[in-house]
Amino acid sequence: MESAWIIPLFPLLSFLLLVLFGKRLKEASSYIAILLAFASFIYSVLVLIDRFTAPTFKSEAVWLKIGELELTVGFEVNQLNALMLVIVSLVSFLVHTYSAGYMKGDDRFSVFYSYLGLFTFSMLGLVLSPNLLQTYIFWELVGVGSFLLIGFYFYKEEAKAAAKKAFIMTRIGDVGLLIGMILLFWQVGSFEYDAIFKAVTSNEISNEMITLTAILIFIGAVGKSGQFPLHTWLPDAMEGPTPVSALIHAATMVAAGVYLVASLFPLFAASEAALMTVAVIGGITAIFAATIALTQKDIKRVLAYSTVSQLGYMMLALGSAGYVAGVFHLTTHAFFKALLFLAAGSVIHAVHTQDIEKMGGLWKKIPKTSMLFLIGTMAISGVPLLSGFFSKDEILVATWNAGHPILFILAVITAFLTAFYMFRLFFMVFSGEARERVDNVHESPSVMTIPMIVLGVLAVIAGYMNTPWFGTFLGDWLTEGNELLGHGHHEAPIWIMLVATIVSLLGIYLAWLIYGKKSIYRDWLSRRFPLAYSVSYNKWFIDELYQYTVVKLTKGFSLLLQYIEWFIVEGLVKLVQGIISSLAHFGSKVQNGQIQMYGAFAFVGLAILVVIYAVTGGYFK
Amino acid sequence: MSSSVPISAFLALALILFCIGLYGALTKRNTVIVLISIELMLNAVNINLVAFSKLGVAPSINGQIFALFSMAIAAAEAAIGLAILMALYRNRKTVNIDEMDTMKH
Repeated sequence: MESAWIIPLFPLLSFLLLVLFGKRLKEASSYIAILLAFASFIYSVLVLIDRFTAPTFKSEAVWLKIGELELTVGFEVNQLNALMLVIVSLVSFLVHTYSAGYMKGDDRFSVFYSYLGLFTFSMLGLVLSPNLLQTYIFWELVGVGSFLLIGFYFYKEEAKAAAKKAFIMTRIGDVGLLIGMILLFWQVGSFEYDAIFKAVTSNEISNEMITLTAILIFIGAVGKSGQFPLHTWLPDAMEGPTPVSALIHAATMVAAGVYLVASLFPLFAASEAALMTVAVIGGITAIFAATIALTQKDIKRVLAYSTVSQLGYMMLALGSAGYVAGVFHLTTHAFFKALLFLAAGSVIHAVHTQDIEKMGGLWKKIPKTSMLFLIGTMAISGVPLLSGFFSKDEILVATWNAGHPILFILAVITAFLTAFYMFRLFFMVFSGEARERVDNVHESPSVMTIPMIVLGVLAVIAGYMNTPWFGTFLGDWLTEGNELLGHGHHEAPIWIMLVATIVSLLGIYLAWLIYGKKSIYRDWLSRRFPLAYSVSYNKWFIDELYQYTVVKLTKGFSLLLQYIEWFIVEGLVKLVQGIISSLAHFGSKVQNGQIQMYGAFAFVGLAILVVIYAVTGGYFK
Repeated sequence: MSSSVPISAFLALALILFCIGLYGALTKRNTVIVLISIELMLNAVNINLVAFSKLGVAPSINGQIFALFSMAIAAAEAAIGLAILMALYRNRKTVNIDEMDTMKH
């Protein structure tokens, strides 16, 4: 555990090697990257196993010394970190492997792998950070990695726009995080998590300040985790290659916001208002994104909105004081959502389109992918005995126990919607007949299917880490030795689990009726409620709203500034330049080669100096 | 031994001589005249030196000795100046100072 710092260095090495030698290595660069990703995965597993028995390990070194103040860098291995390390490095390793098949033949194959290395490095570094400042540095680095990978197909206008959008939207959140961080530093005098928690528990900070800083930091998480109202970048980020969507925009980076809230949980827990904000934003995001996912026609967009919705779930859990539920769902979601994205990538790889209207009847043609997609769909829909079932149940219990009946109802409706839209997607893609002829539909190579199978297995069994039936290992372990995080498990009324199950099965049944058996005509609902359909299809017009308010406003303001620049700033510059150049013109006129002119000027100059001397009385008065 | 002529008269003479020299040096086209004008200015300085050495605040013979030096050097300088002027005339076929403007920017 003492050498856990080495984990992020493997992908960094991969990044550096591929930047230097990628052009020469070409396809071979994938082997290096996969090997190094595997090394950091193995190391993470070792650290996790170590952490089961050993206490939290923390190591720091002084980085900067400003007067009395010392800024430190270092790393910490506590339960949450160790768990995140394994999730990140595992998904990263699997995505590395999968990409060897998916990106085959791309001109910038090695560049892709170097970006993956950079991203994995920053994510692992983020996870290991023991203080807010270091977290912030890696937080931004992760953003850079995401930006590069979304814009990987930079020759596509949409990809360029999406990359910029992702960067700017998350920056808006980051400003909140930065201000919150500075305020905390001002109050506590340290960026260390431990010092902050100590100050919070010993009432050194006023309650209002705790609420304020917690909410500001939460704004950072809102940006990164695609929560309402800063969620619009995440679906657009699907312009990146599909393995990237699986790694960054499903399993790891978007979970960074949830992770941040989780690792600062004691701060949030100290303020009722902050927790309430987190819960409300999470709940709204969950149901809001679910309603959009109902009508989207792009396979990756459906998954993107479901990611937003599930992240909302995690925030809802954390906001309802369900620390374990949030982290648990983060874990299971990482597995089944990465699986769904990789399977979607496999579908896209097979049929070369992302439009689900054009797909259909793929069940027989690509059986492995279909099976794995079904597992992922069942897991996210909360079908009993799969991982999503247990973690979603935990969240519902946490929400109920926290006493938010409205949020609880929202969460249940979201569970229904999730089951419905996920199975809508499944039936439209895999069942029935192909709606458009696609030739050469073929199963993906095993380099792509094996990572999916690993994730598929995890999507099924990951839930058994923490179940009300067989013991709450994960919860007990996560909260061990830390009172602030709450208890590992809450006693729950049994009916919650029943309700959750019934609701998901209902959603699946309805999806089957409409899209599988087709006993209800597909357009039946959208004909009845054209307005509702249009609102959902157009994503609640949020993008348009931003276009006509924020963007227009900013553009108007920048136009004003442009005119100021043109006429005032540039006018001043031109004035100065004019004076200088006319002086220079005069000076050059004087240089006419007439020695008598020079003499006259020398004499006049001397005379002026003498006059000045006579008037002022000289330098040494 | 005292003199009835006050120092201000010597200084005024030197000033007038200097100004005439300066005017000539700066305005005349003919380089020979310019050289002569420079001699005038030098002589104005010599008058000052001698006047101060006799009637100054701290009279000393040094001033007159320096005037002698200055005269000797001025003679040498005039010889060199004229020699350069001759060389220049052979090259350029002119002694007009305003035509010698190769130092233009």
